[in-house]
Order: sequence, then structure tokens, then C-alpha cells
Amino acid sequence: MKKDNKGFGPYNQKVIDHFTNPHNYGVIEDASGVGSVGNPVCGDMMKLYIKVEKKAGKEIITDIKFKTFGCAAAIATSSMITDMAVGMTIEEAKKLTRKDVSSQLGGLPPVKEHCSNLAADALHKAISEYEDKRNSKL
Amino acid sequence: MKRIYFDHAATTALDKDVLGKMKPYFSDKFGNASSLHAFGQEAKAALDESRQKVANILNCDPLEIIFNSGGTESDNLAIKGPVLAAFRDKLISKPLHIITTKIEHPAILKTVKQLEKLFDFEATYADVDVNGLVNLSQLESEIKDNTILISVMYANNEVGTIEPIVEISKIVEKHREKRQDNGNNLPIYFHADAVQAAGYLDVDVKKLGVDMLSISGHKFYGPKGTGLLYIKKGTGIEALSTGGGHENGLRAGTENISGIVGLAAALKSAQENKEMESKKVSGLRDYLTQNLMKKIDGVILTGHPEIRLPNIASFLIDRIEGESMLIKLDLKGIAVSTGSACSSGSLEPSHVLKALNYPPEKIHGSLRISLGKENTKEEVDYFLEVFPEIVYKLREISAL
Repeated sequence: MKKDNKGFGPYNQKVIDHFTNPHNYGVIEDASGVGSVGNPVCGDMMKLYIKVEKKAGKEIITDIKFKTFGCAAAIATSSMITDMAVGMTIEEAKKLTRKDVSSQLGGLPPVKEHCSNLAADALHKAISEYEDKRNSKL
Repeated sequence: MKRIYFDHAATTALDKDVLGKMKPYFSDKFGNASSLHAFGQEAKAALDESRQKVANILNCDPLEIIFNSGGTESDNLAIKGPVLAAFRDKLISKPLHIITTKIEHPAILKTVKQLEKLFDFEATYADVDVNGLVNLSQLESEIKDNTILISVMYANNEVGTIEPIVEISKIVEKHREKRQDNGNNLPIYFHADAVQAAGYLDVDVKKLGVDMLSISGHKFYGPKGTGLLYIKKGTGIEALSTGGGHENGLRAGTENISGIVGLAAALKSAQENKEMESKKVSGLRDYLTQNLMKKIDGVILTGHPEIRLPNIASFLIDRIEGESMLIKLDLKGIAVSTGSACSSGSLEPSHVLKALNYPPEKIHGSLRISLGKENTKEEVDYFLEVFPEIVYKLREISAL
């Protein structure tokens, strides 16, 4: 039920908006890095794809996509982190924490805080996969 | 937006006629049934009449019925009461043993676990098969000379499977006789939690052969906070709440007369109409199930395909998570429930679906629809219209 824009049950409206209309879901076929975290056994699984391009000597995340199996919080945090990370340099993106994601969403119910962990972990993993690939080419 | 309620296994709306019968007992006939004056006697008359009404349905003596606050309290008394009585009667030569099943309601499981934790106490949690049916030969093989109680639910609240209560009664009776022959004076009792069953199934305790039966009012259009425990005469049992000697000394506390009147009226109505209602609601459930399976691939119907409550349809939907489905359905005005970990607060997926041996990743996609008397084919059609789209969208996002 829409409660006059006051969210839904334990979730605020922003979380519900990202959950019902997630941004940037899908895959990037020629991704620079992919971060896969979680486990279907635990009920959450997230795959995050990033495209990194060099612009004016900086490594910028120019495209980002996600696929998530999980609850509303898992889907909303996935969507949120993609919005936050796109356009960032990889050094900036590495500094994104679960707290940044959950506060950008206006907070999550305490029992769902671990979902924001998942999103931050997936991003960091995708970046480190990109860096590993880059370094092995050096 | 139209709101559709498909969660009758959680609770039901109080029936308007039942409410009408309860109303006089709030402000007008407010007496304490223990008082000797006219106000008290008015309340006492309603209490006695309700007890007789319930006794007629359960086919038992009115004194065998203990009114209380609901299923949880009934289950607690049914488990702890006989244990306390065994201590009282000094029947303990070695640790007592209780047998129950892996798919019971937490009101049973946590109560048995509490006894295990606090006392020198043994418990067996019997397995069920993939349809949720308890294994009778395993159950029987677990009975030992220190077993005091077997507790098996009449019908499961998550998947709807109906357990073979009559057969279990026969097994218990056989062992009771054997025990007498062996000079073992420890009693062995059989309790059934009929909280989900009482709205649709026969609750004649003589036919069922149970020693104790738990019933809760709000599952069949009665008031919340009402319930009863049937306790067969001769059952050794001690009260958990002590005080003024109400309810045959087994449940102290001033009786909730309006609630008891409502419980009795709702049980009578549910039991009188159960054949007709079962037919109607199972028709709707089958229509929903068949069409859902047609419209969406990767769907499993859980519970026994035939031996099940008429109102519950429980599914596992591949590759998507239950809470997500629940919220999307609720945003469309449809209320359902799920056994997914993410919805539980404890982050533990359904113990029932685990016991049915489904892998955790499937259990996370569980969806329970429990229909009721006010549901219509139009409502089911609306669900069938919006749900496939929800599944499609979530699968499109899914990492699996």
C-alpha cells in the first residue's frame, strides 16, 4: 500500500522507489571488473559489473550494472550503489562504505543493514578484479 | 486501491455476527463470573453456555475444556502441565522424554526446547517426508519407557498438510496398554495442536483419540486473544498460572467472557459450515494453483497434494526471494506471507520447509496463500493477472 509517500512497513519511500524501479540492472558483457558476493543459501546474491575507462589520466567508472537475488533491501542497495558509483574514479569508489549506501537511502531497518554491506562488498570486489586484470597486463 | 486478504492462516477478521454476540458482554453484562450476585451470575451463565456449546462440538465433557488466551498458551500448558504433574506425583525415575515433530509451531518447539535447556530432559523431533507427513513407524520407534508426551500438529500452518492424528492415537493407546502390563506407572499422553485445523476439520476428540487439543479463536473468524485446551479427564496436569482456581483450577484469572462467547460462537459457525466452506475455498485454491502453475514456470507446490487443508496453497518460486514478492504484491493490494529468511527478523528460513528437505535457496522463494470465506474468484483472477509480471520483473533483476 502507498502510505502517502511514507514508505512501506519497515522501509522508507526512497528504499521502496529503488526497489520497485531499480536503476542500472542488467549485465555488462565486456565488463572491466565483476564483483560477485553473497550466496543463494543465505538468501542474498549480488553480481556487480563495472566498466572503467581512462579519462584525462583518471580511471573512471563509466558504466555499472547489477543483478541481485534477494529481498527489497538487497535490491534497493544494489540500485543505490550503482547510482552513487557511476562517474566516480576507482579511488573514490573504493572509499564508498555500507554506511554511505544506507544513509543515501535514508536508512535501513536494523535487521537489513547487512544488505548494504553486500552492495559495498560487491563494488569493492569488482574494482579489485579490475585492478588485478590491469596489473597483470603491466 | 482494492485490498485483498490472502493471509487467513495468519489471522482472520472477526465475524460480524460473532461480534454482535460478544457486544453485550463488554459494558452491559460486565460481571465477574466468580461473583455470587446477579451481575456475576449473568456472566457465569454465558460462560457455562459457551463451555457447553464447545463441549458439544468437541464431543466431550464441559469440564474438560480450559478457556485461555489462544494457541500459544494452550500448547504451553499441554507440554509443561503433564511434566509438572509428573514431578508432583513423584513419577520421575529418569529424565522425562517428549516426542514432537520438526514442523510444529514455535509455541511447541520453543517450549520443548526450553525444557531441554532448563532440566534434565530428553526430546525427539520426528522427521516428516517431502509432503510434510510424519513418519508413523519412526514416531512409534522413538517411544521409550520415559516418554510422557507426544505432540503432533493436526494440520501444518505453512504448507497445510494434515497429519494422521487418529493413527497416532492408536499407537499411543497401544503403548499405554503395554506400559500398564509392564507395571510402568508413567503416563503417556497425546496432544494435537489443532490451531490451523479447527476452522475446517473435524474436532471430535473421541474420534481423534487425543488427550489434549489446542484451539485458537482468531483463526476461524473469532476474536484474538481467545483459545482453549481440551484436556481429557484423568490427564495428570498442573496449572501454569496459579491463583483463583478458575477453569477447573488449571488457568487462574478472571474469565474473558466476551472473548469466550465469541470463541464459542465462531467455532460453532465454522464447524457447522465446514463442509460447504471447505468445498468453496478448496475450489478457489485449486483454481489459483492450476493457473499459477500454467502461467509461471519454476513453481513448486509444497505440502501434500491431497491430504491438506482446503485453504492453504504454498509455493516455492524459483530464482526470486519471498520478501520481494510479498512487498510487490502488497503494493498491488494483495496480502500474502512467506517463509523466506529475509522476512523473518531472525534471518532464518522456514524450519517447516527445511524439514520437508527443500534446499535453502528454494525456501527463500516461498510464498503462502491462505484463502478465506470472503475471497472471490475475481480476487484470485486479479492475483493471477498481477503476479506473473512481478515474478518476471524480479527474475529479470535476479543474479540466479
